[in-house]
Amino acid sequence: MEETLLRVNELKKWFPVRTGFFKSLAGREKLFVKAVDGISFDIKPQEIYGLAGESGSGKTTTGRLILRLIEPTAGKIYYKDKDITKLKPKEFTPYRRKMQIIFQDPYESLNPRMTIGSIVSEPLHVQKICKNEREVQERVAAALDEVQLTPPDEFVPRYPHEVSGGQRQRIAVARALVLKPDFIVADEPVSMLDVSIRAEVLNLMVDLTEKLKVAFLYVTHDLALARHLCNRLAIMYLGKMMEKGYTEDIIYEPLHPYTKALMAAVPVPDPESKRAEVVIKGEIPSPINPPSGCRFHTRCPQYIGDICRLKEPKLVHVGKDKYVACHLYSEKT
Amino acid sequence: MPTLKVEDLKTYYKIQRGFVKAVDGVSFDVEKGQALGLVGESGCGKTTIATSLLRVLPSNGMIVGGRILFKDFDIVRLTEAELKEDIRWKGISLVFQGAMNAMNPVLKVSDQIIEAIQLHEPNVEKQEALERAGKLFHLVGVDPSRLDHYAHEFSGGMRQRAMIAMALACNPDILIADEPSTALDVIVQAQVLQLLRQLKERLSLSLIIISHDLSIIAETCEKAAVMYGGKIAERGNIYAVFKNPLHPYTQGLLGAFPGIKAPKSRLISIPGSPPDLLKAPVGCKFTERCKFAMPICQNVDPELIEVEKDHYVACHLHNKT
Repeated sequence: MEETLLRVNELKKWFPVRTGFFKSLAGREKLFVKAVDGISFDIKPQEIYGLAGESGSGKTTTGRLILRLIEPTAGKIYYKDKDITKLKPKEFTPYRRKMQIIFQDPYESLNPRMTIGSIVSEPLHVQKICKNEREVQERVAAALDEVQLTPPDEFVPRYPHEVSGGQRQRIAVARALVLKPDFIVADEPVSMLDVSIRAEVLNLMVDLTEKLKVAFLYVTHDLALARHLCNRLAIMYLGKMMEKGYTEDIIYEPLHPYTKALMAAVPVPDPESKRAEVVIKGEIPSPINPPSGCRFHTRCPQYIGDICRLKEPKLVHVGKDKYVACHLYSEKT
Repeated sequence: MPTLKVEDLKTYYKIQRGFVKAVDGVSFDVEKGQALGLVGESGCGKTTIATSLLRVLPSNGMIVGGRILFKDFDIVRLTEAELKEDIRWKGISLVFQGAMNAMNPVLKVSDQIIEAIQLHEPNVEKQEALERAGKLFHLVGVDPSRLDHYAHEFSGGMRQRAMIAMALACNPDILIADEPSTALDVIVQAQVLQLLRQLKERLSLSLIIISHDLSIIAETCEKAAVMYGGKIAERGNIYAVFKNPLHPYTQGLLGAFPGIKAPKSRLISIPGSPPDLLKAPVGCKFTERCKFAMPICQNVDPELIEVEKDHYVACHLHNKT
C-alpha cells in the first residue's frame, strides 16, 4: 500500500450565523454557513494536491481546518495515521512544525515592520528548536537559499516593501520551509501576482516537492494553473466535493456536469478555439441554505428529475482513483 | 475610417519625485463593431489609457502629448463642457475595474441609471429614462424588476451586468471595459464575456477590453495590443499576435499562460519584474528581462514597425532597417 501523508475524513465546518437577539428568543432554528460539509481526501508524500472551486466553495476553509487554524465541527484529520483532530495545543505544537501554510496575499501576510530575516526566523523562535543564534541564522540562510533569494545575506536585513511581489511570496515560502515541514498548504499563492512572475513561484513549488520532499495542498480557483501543477485534483462546490481524481482524468474526461461546465468556461488563450455556449445560468447559491439533494441541481444542465432535488448523491468510485458525486453515475453502481 | 484613432498619446503623472510616464507614446485604432484588447501587467499603463480617453485622470495626471481622434473631435483638446456634451457616456463610456463596488450603495440601481441618462440628455423625462433603463436591463440579461433594488441585493455577476447596462445608457459608440471579469468566478466570467460578445454584434459596438488575462482577450477581441512599461510592445490582428508572437515579452506572457487542455508542462516565467516608470531605462524597457537583449537595446528605444499586414512590433530583433 502506498504511504499516505495526510488523510481527511468527513471533515465539516459549520459557522454559526449571527442572528438578532429577538430572533434567537423566538427560538428559531439556528442557522449555519456550511462552509465545508463532509469532505474526505488524502494526500501522498511529495504530491501536489489541488483543491479547486469557485469562491464560497469552502476550499480555503478546508486548508485552514487541516492546520487547525480553525477548529472543525466534525470529522477527522490524520497525519501519518495519527489522529490530530482533537490534540491539545501543546500536543499539537510538534505537528505544526511539519505542516505549514502560505497565504494568498504576500502584501498582507508579511509584517511590514519586520526584516526579512526576522520574518523567516520567527517560526524557529516560536518552536524553540535552535540551540543558539548561529544555528538560527544558518537555517534562515538555508531557507532563503532554497527559494532562490540569493545571496541570503543581502535579503536578511531588508524589509518586505523593498522587494518585488514575486520575491515577497518566496519569502513566505521560505518562512514555511524553515521548519522543514513535509506538508504545506498553499492558499491561492499566486492570485495576487503578475502573470509573468506567477510561474516562478509555481515552479518553485514543483522543485520543492522533489528536492525537499514536501507535499502541497494547492488551493486555487484557476483550473488552468492547477492542471499544470497538480497530480490529483478535487473540485468543490458549496462545501462538497463534486469530483476528485487524477488531474489528467478530470481535465480530459470530466464526468460531473459541474466539472464539465467549469472546463467549458475556462477561457483559452487561443483565438482559434471555438467558444461553447455557457449553459450554466446564475451564480453559486448561498451556503446558508444550500439547495436540497444535490447542491448543484438548481443550475445543472443535466438535471434528471426528483432524485437530484431530494437525494444527496454520494461520492462514488467510478474507476482508477476517480470519484464523482452525481446521480447520473451513482445509479449504475 | 476607424471609430477611434489614438496617435502618440502621452500621459504622465506628476509626483514628488518627478514624472511617472504611465503612457508614453501609444498609438492604436479601434474599428466600428470590433474589439481591441489591451493586455499587460499591472503598472503598464492600461488603465491610464482608459482614463485618458475619457479625460477622467486623477488630478496629478495629465495628457502631455498626442491626439485622440473620435468622430470630428480631438478629445485631448476639448473643454470639460464639450466632453460632457459629446464624449462621455454618449460617445465613449467606461466600465471601471472592480465594477462590483462601483455602484452607490445608498441609491436604487434605477436611480443611478436615470441620473446618468438625465445628466447627459437633460431633456429626457424621468419616466422615459426609467423605461430606457428597463430595456437596458433586458438587453444585458437582468430582470427589469430588479431595477428597484439596491446594489447589495445583486450578486457579483448581476452587478457587473448592471454596470454594463449603465454604461450603455446613452448609446455610446465605444465601450471600454477595464478588467471586466477579474473578480468573478469562472462560470460567471464566461457569462459576462458572452454578453460582451453579443452586445458587440447586436449594437455594432466598438469595445476596448483591458485585461491582464490573455485568454480573455483571445476570446473576445479581433485585435490585441500588448503593453509593457507604458508603451505598446506588439499589436495587431489577434491571430497574428497569438499565433506568431514576435516580441519576446509577448512570447513570455503566452508561455506563462498555459491553456487548460494543453499537455502538462512546466510554466515559463519571465525573470525580473516590470520597470519602475519613474526612472525608466533609456532604451527598450524590456531589456533587463529579455533573453535576446543586444547592446543596441540598452540605448535605443525600438519603434513600433509593421512587420506584416496589421502586425506591429517594437523590437530591435525585427527591425530590419
